[in-house]
Amino acid sequence: MLHYLARRLVAAAVLVAVVSSGALLLTRLAPGDFASELFGAGSSAEQVARARARYGLDQPLGRQYVSWMSRAVRLDFGDSLLYHRPVLALVGQRALNTSLLAIVALLFATAVGIPAGIVTGSRRRGVFPAAIRSASIILLSLPSLVMSLVLVLIAARTQWVPTGGMQTAGAWDAGVMAGLADLAIHLPLPALAIALPLAAMIERVQSQSVRETLAMPFAMSTLARGVPRHRLIWRDALRLALAPVASIYGFILGTLLSGSFVVEVVTAWPGLGRLMYDGLRARDLYLVAGCAAAGSLFIATGSLLSDVFLAWADPRLREGRRQPAAARG
Amino acid sequence: MKRAIAAACLSGLVLMAAAAPWLAPNDPGRTFRGFLSAHPMPPRVIDDQGTWHAPFVYPLRLVSRLEQRYEEDRSVRLPVVLFAGGRLAGIADDTRGPWLPLGADAEGRDVLARLLFGGRTSLGVALFATLAALALGALAGGIAGYSGGAIDTAMMRLAEFVLVLPAVYVVLALRSALPLVLSSWEVFALMSLIFAAVGWPWVARAVRSTIAAERTRDYAASAVSLGAGHSRVLFVHLLPACRGVIGVQAILLLPSFILAEATLSYVGLGFSDTVPSWGSMLHQASNVNAIAEFPWTLAPAAAIFAVTLCANLLIENRDGGEFRD
Repeated sequence: MLHYLARRLVAAAVLVAVVSSGALLLTRLAPGDFASELFGAGSSAEQVARARARYGLDQPLGRQYVSWMSRAVRLDFGDSLLYHRPVLALVGQRALNTSLLAIVALLFATAVGIPAGIVTGSRRRGVFPAAIRSASIILLSLPSLVMSLVLVLIAARTQWVPTGGMQTAGAWDAGVMAGLADLAIHLPLPALAIALPLAAMIERVQSQSVRETLAMPFAMSTLARGVPRHRLIWRDALRLALAPVASIYGFILGTLLSGSFVVEVVTAWPGLGRLMYDGLRARDLYLVAGCAAAGSLFIATGSLLSDVFLAWADPRLREGRRQPAAARG
Repeated sequence: MKRAIAAACLSGLVLMAAAAPWLAPNDPGRTFRGFLSAHPMPPRVIDDQGTWHAPFVYPLRLVSRLEQRYEEDRSVRLPVVLFAGGRLAGIADDTRGPWLPLGADAEGRDVLARLLFGGRTSLGVALFATLAALALGALAGGIAGYSGGAIDTAMMRLAEFVLVLPAVYVVLALRSALPLVLSSWEVFALMSLIFAAVGWPWVARAVRSTIAAERTRDYAASAVSLGAGHSRVLFVHLLPACRGVIGVQAILLLPSFILAEATLSYVGLGFSDTVPSWGSMLHQASNVNAIAEFPWTLAPAAAIFAVTLCANLLIENRDGGEFRD
């Protein structure tokens, strides 16, 4: 187990290093750089060259990369050219905001999607399962971009919740409780925009999995022993049937980050996605690399947690045995 | 049955986009100065007095220029005429303003016309990208599944690496690393290629597992024993067995690429405002006040929903992954 964990940690470190280096190099090799974007068209070449020298952008690619990498392994990601602040502090704050949004959305989607999937997977007929199935296919067809626009429309029309942003200016001055309350009314809209399509996705996977689990011989023998059907479904089958959902969690995290990007842009949530976008537009290569590192760290952590959970849910996968094909990716 | 309806709807939507010049009542780029953000003008058959007529519309009358509020002038009926002036439907008398069935955007352009022409752009990019991703993925997956061993492992590792990255960020980073100001054809080609670069691993994975299973079957062995070369066995004998999975992948990729175009254009890295596309239309509508006041400018969101819904119904209950961002 320790060996397995160590291998996974190395793989995670490699992922973070590759993704952040890739982002840095891509931004560096792109046409134009921070200095030329800063002054725009119509600036003198001398002016741009001076800014380039000031920001250290005139060094050769190799040296620039090596010096960045050697500082990055000591967790110093340099200063953002755009904001003149350390990338680590900047990214940390924004990553926290994105994590808050993503975790709330994921919890909501799981809490709704799994029971719904169990209902539709264990009951073939009936009005209730049919209603869930229809709702699910509709929500699945409303991706986060569309969903957030629809929710903004509803919020703007009804004035129930604010249409954007994360907090009202000065809300935290009135105390922690007022600040949290303010956060709590800003959170539902962006969180739902991410969570609803995700819940539908989880429902589909869970439904399929419950159906397959209940078709296994053990389900029949459990029923034959006189165990009530609801107990079979909600206790015995549930644990086995959770495995496929857990195995897509690693993948879901990618979806979650993708979804949170559009939602952050539409609802002006100050998260990582917006920061990375600003960095990309301004060719702020250190900021982009820092955001990429944070994003890949998020994904690596998530897929590790998902594998640990899988090992708990399905004993057949424990102790370094090869994962089945379905569990990978 | 459900699948047949979904397929019919999907092809209907594609056909409508293709037939945009004949269906749109107005030119998509034409701005009607007096009709900024005008509300939709649905065709009617019953007038105010409750009498039935052939389809007609009421013309709009400006109530407040400041608030951009209009009302229908109920005193005149403008009959809808079919097949006039090379278009499916229009109004005979346009001296009192244009017919805007889905209203106008903030610059006074016909939303329906832009939606139809935008469908050409959005569906076009998505179709082109889907074809490219299918070709790339089938090739990579075919080679990986057929050769096995180290090549297989290396290619699938690469595919898994691309899959684990959040697609939107990869697309965003690739797009912004390329020159920002390009002609619309260059944007079209570039976007399709970027989407294909992100989408191919899905196809490759599905094709690879099918090929790896088919490779061991008798017909493949007999093809080899008859002296068929590697490429012949792979392309003539094995790849046709992947038709099913490739079809499912195509239906999964198409809506996600439409969404990708919308996302990219929405944040301003896609098509510019002069080229109608569903994304560039949403970009123009991306203002909370505008969304609340003029919800018809969100029509492209409804179009994206319709296409995605058809695609989801088409592949419902099929394996091959119903989860995809």
